[in-house]
Amino acid sequence: MLLYLAKRILFMIPLLIGITVISFIVIHLAPGKPTDMATMMTPKASLEAKKRLEQLYGLDKPLHVQYWNWFKRLAVLDFGRSFASDREPVINKIARRLPITILINILSMVLIFVVAIPIGILSATHRNSLFDKATTVFVFIGFATPTFWLALLLMILFGVTLGWLPISGLKSLEYEQFSLWGQVWDRTSHLIMPVLLSAFGGLAGMSRYMRSNMLEVVRQDYITTARAKGLPERTVIYKHALRNALMPVITILGLSVPGLIGGSVIFESIFAIPGMGQLFYAAVMSRDYPVVMGGLVIGAILTLAGNLLADLGYALADPRVREGGL
Amino acid sequence: MPFSPLIRAVIITFSLFFILACGEKSDHEASSSAAPKTQPQKYPPAYGDAIVTGSIGDASNLLPVLASDSASGDINGLIYDGLLKTDKNLNLIGNMAESWEISEDGLTITFRLRKGVKWHDGHAFTSKDVMFTYQLMIDPKTPTAYGEDYKQVKKAETPDDYTFRVTYERPYAPALISWSFPIMPAHLLQGRDITKSPLTRKPIGTGPYIFKEWQTGQKIILEASPDYFEGRPYIFRYVYRIIPDTATMFLELKSGGLDRMDLTPIQYKRQTNTPKFEKDFKKYQYLSFGYTYLGFNLLDPKFQDKRVRQAIGYAIDKNEIIDGVLLGLGQPANGPYKPGTWVYNEKVTPYPFDPEKAKMLLAAAGWADTDHDGLLDKDGQPFKFTITTNQGNKQREMTALIIQQRLKDVGIGVKVRIIEWAAFLKEFIDKKKFEAVILGWTIPINPDLFDVWHSSKTKPGELNFVSYQNREVDRLIDQGRFTFDREVMKKSYDRIQEILKEDAPYIFLYVAKALPVVAARFHGIKPAPAGIEYNFIKWYVPKHLQKYKLEP
Repeated sequence: MLLYLAKRILFMIPLLIGITVISFIVIHLAPGKPTDMATMMTPKASLEAKKRLEQLYGLDKPLHVQYWNWFKRLAVLDFGRSFASDREPVINKIARRLPITILINILSMVLIFVVAIPIGILSATHRNSLFDKATTVFVFIGFATPTFWLALLLMILFGVTLGWLPISGLKSLEYEQFSLWGQVWDRTSHLIMPVLLSAFGGLAGMSRYMRSNMLEVVRQDYITTARAKGLPERTVIYKHALRNALMPVITILGLSVPGLIGGSVIFESIFAIPGMGQLFYAAVMSRDYPVVMGGLVIGAILTLAGNLLADLGYALADPRVREGGL
Repeated sequence: MPFSPLIRAVIITFSLFFILACGEKSDHEASSSAAPKTQPQKYPPAYGDAIVTGSIGDASNLLPVLASDSASGDINGLIYDGLLKTDKNLNLIGNMAESWEISEDGLTITFRLRKGVKWHDGHAFTSKDVMFTYQLMIDPKTPTAYGEDYKQVKKAETPDDYTFRVTYERPYAPALISWSFPIMPAHLLQGRDITKSPLTRKPIGTGPYIFKEWQTGQKIILEASPDYFEGRPYIFRYVYRIIPDTATMFLELKSGGLDRMDLTPIQYKRQTNTPKFEKDFKKYQYLSFGYTYLGFNLLDPKFQDKRVRQAIGYAIDKNEIIDGVLLGLGQPANGPYKPGTWVYNEKVTPYPFDPEKAKMLLAAAGWADTDHDGLLDKDGQPFKFTITTNQGNKQREMTALIIQQRLKDVGIGVKVRIIEWAAFLKEFIDKKKFEAVILGWTIPINPDLFDVWHSSKTKPGELNFVSYQNREVDRLIDQGRFTFDREVMKKSYDRIQEILKEDAPYIFLYVAKALPVVAARFHGIKPAPAGIEYNFIKWYVPKHLQKYKLEP
């Protein structure tokens, strides 16, 4: 098992380098430089001012030199400084924004897991029942609804009309004056809509996926055998079938990590949550290369880690995987 | 303070940063004729409460010399002061400078500074700070985009602690307004690497508000300065919330999470006329300081005949665009100045909507539909061109579509292309690879047109990207630029507006209105040509209406 893990991790290194090279080239191919944002269309900026800024950022060097400089720093875990006028180390920017994005994503994954799996099982075991049909409709609606539109509807309902939930941000203005419980509720109430929304798309897909897996598995011979042995239906379903039906779901969850981060861009802008999605989007728009690269590296690491976790889950559930090695 | 999305787009994207750079209240000017008149002053002014405003973008750097975004400019405008500022009628008045004199020959400006002004850390403000700021601006090592005006200074002196004197090579009209740029504290910055200064995140100024806290991506909080030299501001706390989505911002406003924002025309006209909204908020409108235009690439053979450009001017119905795009909340633009200001030439009128005249002019220029395909042609080439504009500005996109339809009626085929901003500038504007563009400019308080219209500014990457060259205009620009005589200026600029109409390098389209809305509990708002923000420190909330129980 350890050997398997070590091999997997070693294999990730060239992959990561490949990702950074491609990202670096692609980003620099995009027209527009970070210095343009400060100097273009501003009459009081001379051409020399522009040159000076480029020199300051090291943008006057050839691309491979820029990449090598960047990579050398990365090797010691230095992501460089942001090109934004605050010149803050990229690592600080990311460290400040990553936790909230991860928190929301974990909460929404938990929500997906807790809600979608029982729904999937129930639809499978009660196939063609009213419940199954209702969830089918729900899923189609879920797939078809644009997140931002639903978000606005919820905000109008719960925020403006009913006034139950805050519309955006992470905490209220009067947060400091609240009692401890007030503060806990304040934080929670700010998270309800974003978590719900970021889980929404996943809920629909995952419950459908769970349902079809379950249907697949209950058709297998060993389930028929278990039933023939006279085991109670509960045991057959929850002990024998579930374990096998869950395997692909684990993979999908692992693979959906990067997707969730990407999806953060939308709900973080809508709900004004200062997370990675927002940071990354702004960095791309202003061509803040170090932040974009930092975000990409972190994203790539998370993706690879997600895959690794999924594979580990596989290996734990299925001995053949870990014994067979890669 | 926030602008409407349109104005913000105009400002963030292409402002003549000059204004923004000032980071002063004067950034927010907009013109008169606000809808609701001043509220009756039933209640006496009271201290306390907070105002919560929204911004789509976070600030990036709160050291004025390094800041280049409008959010940083908004905040810096409250924390820092310049030597001069503009009043409600957009006249220059003293701020940190009590008074100033221009020498007989127009070469030397002497500023007399206020005494007893203190930095927020208690240190006294003196002419050393002004000298330091000046030196910082011209230092080649300073990564700033705002140094150019200061490089015109030949000599700067500080005869004593409260006098600052600058001498120019020749009388330089943009000089005065350049001294409204925020003055920075010498005692905290001198001899240090300013890019790494703690002041980039924790500013210390002399302005009406003191920096309290900045939660990146969430909010910036300021508190009233108790001993501001013009009197302590009534509103104790100023909260600047970052809400990247404009729809969310509007819902926050409706739910009471925001006290102030700028509305879009649709929001202004259709989504804010419920009785509840009208009870809770006051809406204002005034002409903004920015115009939108259709600019031609004059290097393109199609557009070299001015009759063709004039024809396009006649073929476009500006009022239709204003009604369709701005829901009537705007005015036709007619040159690079704002209607109603002293420099605006009333005698120059826009091209009336006259498709027949347009067809005649095109025919006179040799364009005729010889192959009967509905498009004009000349030398076997059909008259087709592409209008390019930036992505993210719905009003410009809609304007392009309306123009497309109108030009089709006179036999010109138009394609509309929308490009992401940075790519648009770099690949199209900078390299002059466009046929026509729809863009906007902010209108600076100083009427100098040098950067956009002078023929020396046509190099790639410069602002006269339509490549307009006219000797007479060049001469008139110089005439207005190197004098302090208003009459000379007025004469020059009047003539320039006539020439620009005749030559039609741009078709000036519209000046939109700024549509701010403020919670009704705020009193003391007096709309003026400069907008509503100029007297922000005099706004107040009567005691019994105060929402946030805050006392200094």
